Amino acid sequence: MPKRQPAIRLEHITKTFGSVVANRDISMEVDRGEILALLGENGSGKTTLMNMIAGIYYPDEGHIFLDGEPVDIRSPRDALAHGVGMIHQHFKLVDVFSAAENIALAMGEDEKFDLRRVRQQARAICEKYDFALDLEQKVYEMSVSQKQTLEIVKVLYRGADILILDEPTAVLTPQEAERLFVVLRNMRADGKAIIIITHKLHEVLAISDRVAILRKGEYVGDVATKDATESALTEMMVGEKVALDIRRTPPKDPVCRLRVRDLTVPGPEGVPLLQNASFEAYGGEILGIAGISGNGQRELLESIAGLQAPAPGARIEYFPPDGGDTPVELLGKSPRAIREAGIHLSFVPEDRLGMGLVGSMGMTDNMMLKSYGAGASPLVDRRAPHELAEEVRASLGVVTPGLETPVSQLSGGNVQKVLVGRELAADPVVLMTAYAVRGLDINTSYTIYRLLDEQKQRGVAVLYVGEELDVLLELCDRILVLCGGRVNGILDARTATKEEIGLRMTRLVEGEAKA
Amino acid sequence: MNSSLVAWILRAVPFGTIIMYGAMGEILTEKSGNLNLGVPGIMYLGGFAGFASAYYYEKLAPHPNAVLCVLLSLLCALAASMLGGLIYAFLTVTLRANQNVTGLALTTFGMGVANFFGVYILNGATYSAAPLANKAYAAKLPVLSGLGTVGQVVFGYGFLVYAAIVIAVALHWFLTRTRAGLALRAVGENPATADAAGVNVTRHKYLATSIGAGLCGVGGLYYVLDYNQGIWSTTGQMEALGWLAVALVIFTTWKPLNAIWGAYLFGMLYWLYQFLPSILGLSISSAMTELVQMVPYVVTILVLIAVSLRRKKEDQPPAHLGLAYFREER
Repeated sequence: MPKRQPAIRLEHITKTFGSVVANRDISMEVDRGEILALLGENGSGKTTLMNMIAGIYYPDEGHIFLDGEPVDIRSPRDALAHGVGMIHQHFKLVDVFSAAENIALAMGEDEKFDLRRVRQQARAICEKYDFALDLEQKVYEMSVSQKQTLEIVKVLYRGADILILDEPTAVLTPQEAERLFVVLRNMRADGKAIIIITHKLHEVLAISDRVAILRKGEYVGDVATKDATESALTEMMVGEKVALDIRRTPPKDPVCRLRVRDLTVPGPEGVPLLQNASFEAYGGEILGIAGISGNGQRELLESIAGLQAPAPGARIEYFPPDGGDTPVELLGKSPRAIREAGIHLSFVPEDRLGMGLVGSMGMTDNMMLKSYGAGASPLVDRRAPHELAEEVRASLGVVTPGLETPVSQLSGGNVQKVLVGRELAADPVVLMTAYAVRGLDINTSYTIYRLLDEQKQRGVAVLYVGEELDVLLELCDRILVLCGGRVNGILDARTATKEEIGLRMTRLVEGEAKA
Repeated sequence: MNSSLVAWILRAVPFGTIIMYGAMGEILTEKSGNLNLGVPGIMYLGGFAGFASAYYYEKLAPHPNAVLCVLLSLLCALAASMLGGLIYAFLTVTLRANQNVTGLALTTFGMGVANFFGVYILNGATYSAAPLANKAYAAKLPVLSGLGTVGQVVFGYGFLVYAAIVIAVALHWFLTRTRAGLALRAVGENPATADAAGVNVTRHKYLATSIGAGLCGVGGLYYVLDYNQGIWSTTGQMEALGWLAVALVIFTTWKPLNAIWGAYLFGMLYWLYQFLPSILGLSISSAMTELVQMVPYVVTILVLIAVSLRRKKEDQPPAHLGLAYFREER
């Protein structure tokens, strides 16, 4: 027997949910001092597989070996006792507890309960890996990245030496993600085994040592990261060659559809969340909106959609396709009136189900949310939404047991497809999307980019709030940069550089407040 | 001190104690995420079991002993009410039945069971009594209660009044200072998180619900054997007190220490109609009394409004209150 055993070895793991096979006969290994990236499309069973190591699910068949020993992980507590800690996509934190209390919750039963000692040890961990964490802060006051730090400290506190991170960077800014990678490299140097699930291929290439790929619940294989390229990985993931280029058709006679002037949204502490924003959006063009999240993107889109009340003095003028040159003032109109005028907001919030979809309803019923008022009959028309649901399922490849399955039971990426698909189908004049591809795998992301481009060709004015600067530069025609709630320049996407946008996202450019 | 005011307090404190037990039991239950609306029913179960055991003990034992009588009735009340809590926990946690419906059904069930068996004790009469138990439960502190008005107001009650205060403090300490308390709060706030941290969600829900029901049952016991002078009758207002206890939970914003003064305040407000007019020298029509008895509920609504306006996270109900937890559900 060789002395060195892999930290985790999975043998022939199978897990089914009802009739859906989530994982079929999966065997893989992870070593100590290694970062393994687990890659796969939405619904390929990555999270399910990891949940079995973390004790959330129990495999139907197969065995898990830790350090060469077969183990039976029946609960998260078992997993922690074996040194396996998982940081879930949706944080497992108690909002009204302080950081220290959340850490204490995960304490072993044999230890003495002493919050002061918990704080001391947690502080030691923070110093070792260079985390910035206020242990007295309540979780509901924390930012997403602070919560994630707390999650990592929590599992380290419990002595985890096998860490699983499920899409840790999905909600982080590029800077925060970079800081996370530094921490992960520190932990790798410390001899820990790390598995990271992510959809962002450039991150996979930047952080991992090896990449393992799942496709439709099956293990496709693994490659050393140094031998991998984005296109090769995508091909393994999808099973066929995929063209990784974003089509950008030149705008065809753009007409002004939306003119925003002096839009200010007051904030809770007197600091406006959005200040004097002015810009135009043209039909047949994609206007990208860049900025670190929380710099006014949400306020901007929601004000236009009628969901927020801006300060007086603002003007939001809409030029309908059949109305000639006379604009319609949108301020003061109800969200419904604005929507019926053809302005659609496909807002994809951090919590996908929070806004836009009803989790306990199936795809058909969710499609119907936008059409239940149509027609004069007091009875709702179910056939049209059913057809639309079929269409969305086919065109975007939504993986669901059935159209009537509650959408909350679908995987995150599939939920997003349902939402985006419905908004695109609504035949908008102005389409606003925020984080439309967040959490989506690469293949679906490119499908969405293509759909947005198609909308543009139809003459729709598209507002695209995005996170990845590379995509913004390739997809959009113009890019509006937000910084601290102000419009910090509108750039031509064909000539702008990533550095320029990055700079404008973080620092206000003097003398250019009105671009 | 005004004698009407003294009489008012002497009425309000025992009244408050009943709902304090109910509220503490319900706070403990709700901290586990279980919204048990069966409080009135459980109080009936506890009150009746306590009364019945004391009644038969007094009737059948040749030389009934007061201490034994107290112990026996307390034990029976706890057993009966905890059984009620156990039924609730089984239905809502294991079978994942709807919590609201189960709780309301438990209220009807508890009242029905108590009144059904009560018929055998009443045997045609409108009321029957357990005088020895009443004497034991209502015994005042010997020396201190004789110290003038203050002694009367502060020390002039049966031991369960003081036990309630001790339990409230202990409950506060348990919830904020112990590992089990932290785990219990986590279960009520976010069971998936508690589960991931290795807390046994089911066990915590069962224990908290059963022990909480036991506390509610003591409230019912106190009602019958002390407040109601050891009398079991066909007409009772225990149900109204049960709902007041549920209102008090909201009033305290789920904090046991607030239950102490909140319960007495509710007692004062409930008896306002009888004592305040005479203190102020007014006379009010009897039609008004029903209206004035609503004051505790009005105050609860005002507190609810104030709390939701302030939006302080710590004053909100446990986030997962009323919802069943199933690990593999997404």
